[in-house]
Amino acid sequence: MSLTLFALTGAALVGLGVYGLLARPHMLRRIIAFNLIGSGLFLFFGAAAARGTGLDPIPQALIITGIVVALSASALAVGLVVALARSSGTAYLPDEEGRL
Amino acid sequence: MSVALDITLCALVLGVGWATVAGHGVFRAVIFFITYGLLLAIVWARLGAYDVALAEAAISAGLTGVLLLAAHGRLRRLNASQEVPLHLNLPAAVVAVGIAAGLGWAWFALPAPTAPDLSQALPQSGVGNPVTAVLLNFRAWDTLLESVILLAALLGLWMLARDHAWDKPLGLPYHARPGGVLASFGRVLPPIGLIFGVYLVWAGADTTGGAFQGGTVLAAVCLVTIMAGVLHAPRVEQAAWRAALVLGPGVFVLSGIAGAVFAQGFLALPPALAKPAIVTIEAALTVSIAVTLVLLVIGPPDEGEQDA
Amino acid sequence: MADLATYLLTGLGLVFFIAGTVGLVRFPDQFSRLHALTKGDNLGLGFIALGVAFQAESWAQLAMLALIWVLALLAAGTVAQLVARAALTEQDKP
Repeated sequence: MSLTLFALTGAALVGLGVYGLLARPHMLRRIIAFNLIGSGLFLFFGAAAARGTGLDPIPQALIITGIVVALSASALAVGLVVALARSSGTAYLPDEEGRL
Repeated sequence: MSVALDITLCALVLGVGWATVAGHGVFRAVIFFITYGLLLAIVWARLGAYDVALAEAAISAGLTGVLLLAAHGRLRRLNASQEVPLHLNLPAAVVAVGIAAGLGWAWFALPAPTAPDLSQALPQSGVGNPVTAVLLNFRAWDTLLESVILLAALLGLWMLARDHAWDKPLGLPYHARPGGVLASFGRVLPPIGLIFGVYLVWAGADTTGGAFQGGTVLAAVCLVTIMAGVLHAPRVEQAAWRAALVLGPGVFVLSGIAGAVFAQGFLALPPALAKPAIVTIEAALTVSIAVTLVLLVIGPPDEGEQDA
Repeated sequence: MADLATYLLTGLGLVFFIAGTVGLVRFPDQFSRLHALTKGDNLGLGFIALGVAFQAESWAQLAMLALIWVLALLAAGTVAQLVARAALTEQDKP
């Protein structure tokens, strides 16, 4: 019961993150949306792993690895956004700004 | 009773997640994202995955939160934190709902997995915490490559530095009022945080904890001391910090080669030596993880925006 | 008996949390909001920690609960000061 609840929450979070990534052109919000997708997938994965017999440590170890990799990707992305803002004065990609 | 708690938790997580995407203003999204990470850590604890809960709280909510807050401050000073008005993007909503529905369908379509039986293998691994056994023994490859990813991300970040800022201290200059609250906080916290971080690494062998969680706590302590002006931000060319960056992956690779020469294969640990080997690798890895995370969060060398 | 104490004290803690939150939402300026938040929540957290302490199985767990409360107090106090100072400089600027 609770596992299904957590898995569906994870699925909904992935949906929210995808929407944020597509519909929110500000780059910092895109980084947040990307993290939302990641954590939603981790939750889905963790719930799926807990469904089997007992608590499986391998998915847990993979999720911890994933959380750390998500942080390092976010740090690189933040660096790129700051560099973009420094050179162009905006945190939007050029083609997106024109469309709005 | 516990189902009611889980329903409330999931509703809160979804509500806060919704607020990070739909709320107006970048700053609000950042704050809601930090809250979201903390709530998600409680969800992981409810799932019984305490190692993941610790990592989520420390890394996703804590360090990512600091990173995003600092980025928002940088963008505000560059006048780039303003956001154009938001409106509903229907095609994006359709795609998002489709993906969420697909995942939901997959949940009911997937067969229940059968976890491999680790009870035979665990006594051979040298540690009592199965998650640590997986991270540093059974699937050490993943962890080795992950520590290299951290390093690669840091190198990528440093490439964004401007040439004339290269020999400046990393990150923006921090100003803390001498003798102020932050300065004293930066002196009170490190002793407690150091003990707690080292404890997490040591305890990770047998109960909840590990190199990543402990390393993150140590990184947080280091960040607070730098922001409080107690410790100066390092420079790129300082050899001690560079050595700390490669210590973990270096020790890991050396132990892997030793395994290839003296044991069954690359990264294989003979059961008799597994515990001391894991503790050594974890200690070296913790130092590298902590330093890499600190440098990732404070960013490339920079001297501020006086020329912008 | 211990369960009753836990219920009472955590319930009291929640009341303080609600009061702090109401203050955060309703008070007019940053300083009174901060006041409501730090006072209400720190007291609330104290009562909850005290309530949970009745469920502790060893002295070590009690010590950890106390440590958590002290660290949270320290962090909340420091952050409240910093936010107030930032608000003050913001106020003086224009």
